[in-house]
Amino acid sequence: MKILVAVKRVVDFNVKVRVKSDNSGVETANLKMSMNPFDEIAVEEAIKLKEAGSATEIVAVSMGPAACQETLRSAMAMGADRAILVQTDVELQPLAVAKLLHAILKKENPQLVILGKQAIDDDSNQTGQMLAALANLPQGTFASKVKLSGDGVEVTREIDGGLETVALKLPAIITTDLRLNTPRYVTLPNIMKAKKKPLETMTPESLGVDVKPRLKTLKVQEPPKRKPGAKVADVKELVAKLRSEAKVI
Amino acid sequence: MTREAMEFDVVIVGGGPAGLSAAIRLKQIASEAERDISVCLIEKGSEIGAHIISGAVMDPRALTELLPSWKEDGAPLKIPVTEDRFLFLSEKGSFRVPNFLLPPVFQNHGNYVVSLSNVCRWLGQQAEALGVEVYAGFAGQEVLYDENGAVKGVATSDMGVGKDGKPTEAYQPGVELLAKYTLFAEGCRGHLGRQLETRFKLHDGTEPQVYGIGIKELWEIAPEKHRPGLVMHTAGWPLPSDTYGGSFLYHFENNLVAIGLVVGLGYSNPYLSPFEEFQRYKKHPEIRQFLEGGRRVGYGARAITAGGLQALPKLVFPGGGLVGDDAGFLNAARIKGSHAAIKSGMLAAEAVAQALAQGRRRDQLEAYPKGFQTSWLREELYRARNFKPWMSGNLWFGSFMFGIDQMLLRGKAPWTLHLKPDHTKLKKASECEPISYPKPDGVLTFDRLSSVFLSNTNHEENQPSHLTLKDPTVPIRVNLDLYAAPETRYCPAAVYEIVRDAAGKNPRLQINAQNCVHCKTCDIKDPTQNIVWVAPQGGEGPVYVNM
Repeated sequence: MKILVAVKRVVDFNVKVRVKSDNSGVETANLKMSMNPFDEIAVEEAIKLKEAGSATEIVAVSMGPAACQETLRSAMAMGADRAILVQTDVELQPLAVAKLLHAILKKENPQLVILGKQAIDDDSNQTGQMLAALANLPQGTFASKVKLSGDGVEVTREIDGGLETVALKLPAIITTDLRLNTPRYVTLPNIMKAKKKPLETMTPESLGVDVKPRLKTLKVQEPPKRKPGAKVADVKELVAKLRSEAKVI
Repeated sequence: MTREAMEFDVVIVGGGPAGLSAAIRLKQIASEAERDISVCLIEKGSEIGAHIISGAVMDPRALTELLPSWKEDGAPLKIPVTEDRFLFLSEKGSFRVPNFLLPPVFQNHGNYVVSLSNVCRWLGQQAEALGVEVYAGFAGQEVLYDENGAVKGVATSDMGVGKDGKPTEAYQPGVELLAKYTLFAEGCRGHLGRQLETRFKLHDGTEPQVYGIGIKELWEIAPEKHRPGLVMHTAGWPLPSDTYGGSFLYHFENNLVAIGLVVGLGYSNPYLSPFEEFQRYKKHPEIRQFLEGGRRVGYGARAITAGGLQALPKLVFPGGGLVGDDAGFLNAARIKGSHAAIKSGMLAAEAVAQALAQGRRRDQLEAYPKGFQTSWLREELYRARNFKPWMSGNLWFGSFMFGIDQMLLRGKAPWTLHLKPDHTKLKKASECEPISYPKPDGVLTFDRLSSVFLSNTNHEENQPSHLTLKDPTVPIRVNLDLYAAPETRYCPAAVYEIVRDAAGKNPRLQINAQNCVHCKTCDIKDPTQNIVWVAPQGGEGPVYVNM
């Protein structure tokens, strides 16, 4: 079984970001970049399936500027067999990424596509779902457990009310949530081996996909600073403040 | 447990300016001689530059020797120094030393205001382009010795070891990196360097090393107050006149200002908190005039060497050597170490390449200290050698005498003064006055925890504490009872806390290892040297940006 794993290069989760002084976006120059933590979980799950003998090949995919090669090398150092980079400097939004993944899906024909549930920079939580719709495939999102069974897969999903288990026919799309697994540390020998694994580069044009952004960011600003709390003397004062200051009653 | 082993010609521990320069120089020499020298460089930070923090005003001399086309190749030395100012501060006032009276060590014409972290990122790219295998996220944990007692390489740290010392689910054993020669470039008070100094008695016959702690913040200030290239240094307030130290304020690019305070770790009052001294210094009118209306965007701290020439250990031992501040090449008088680190890395690389060409391995690289003796670096450090001893005595007398040393005697005074180890100079708490520091205002001054937050530091919680204690009873029996727990004050990351039970009794030392910014101050200043810093698993610690 071939597994396709999508990984995104994002600002490292430890680094604090700040808004540019012209409010056009977030300052990202010189910031440390890493693989999206949910995508690390996706790669780890694919490797676990390969180690259990259920998968034969893991292909890691990323889209973006040339520097995304580092992210793909990390995925191969964890255990992916080969990588594909769709290289572009255009700002990629979830719909464009889903379309690109769909094009690659048609070329590679994986039985399973595993993605992180969302990226920690835009928190969109859309790409996996959009890909399933474009490809007309079943989806199991927010996965906290994945179990292959027969010719399908059972995915336990974390939902508001608790846990829900769905049975999907293959091929299927899975997006990972935090509790699915703990990604392994990358070892030095594996980093060295990963340098020799194949990394194929292509462009959106070669896949016939239009990646022009459909959404335009008008303004980015920091959330308003939290006001200090105030103690009230009695219930009467509380109600008065709720009415006049907080304006909630 | 058997570890996998990999072999190289040279292994370099540490991806700062010294380590990277040594790596680059080795590959340059190999290419000129049409030979191959395999070089592996490991760095404990998650990426090159993540653990690098410095003022900094850089003298490009050594970089120009190493990479003459650095400007065309886009090295981030873009802000030349436009103005020097030196002030003596009192609590409310200041006296500016006229520039013609400033000794040459304080004149920065021709130098650049840089982020050393960014310079190292660039050097890392140059090294990789030349074929150096750079592995960030891997800490050197153990020095490896061969059957003759020579250094044969290092082992990287095991990953995924639990707090109880047992492997967790994520366990990965470290790897042995074996080499013909190993260079240690961990920076000031490197933990492996420290072991090597003890084992090979590298400080026999030299002065002890002495240190300062540098605490730095990065501020984004109002554009109309920003003067790129303005370099300001102060001495005096808030430090008492018997405490070595001073501040820097450098105007960088993009409305950024680097501001910091260096406090000599030979201070005697255990109630002194370098962090609090730095915070209150920012409220001085000469300083706050730049910061008002701006916001703080970065924070970090690191110990720096200050002993200069007379505190340099023997540089080599069988199988390798120390480069950069792992030895202590920083020129305290010029407050610059990066050019010295680069030059020392180059000198060591030249000695290693020569030894490899002669078919040698794991022996003494005598050509390295010999090369240093005849270099411009040694001459520069010789001229500056009496700075620290004078400035450790009394600020006023010391400044006067150092002025004479530099201006009249041109650095060639017929005497070389002595140094005493920092940890021996701490007085008992009973002999000293507690210092009452003002509370942070949240605008110009801040508390330690919100500061540590800006260093982006993080460590896996479930691992053994990397701040080890030789004797677990000493923190209360000695540090608390005799010295009022100075570690709770000198640590810039609030790692150490004395906690008591609900009744206020049974004090114990709590070590919040997760906060650590790898500054090494505790390793240096603990009065009985009971605290020993070792590397946590790789890829952790601060992530400095533009620092």
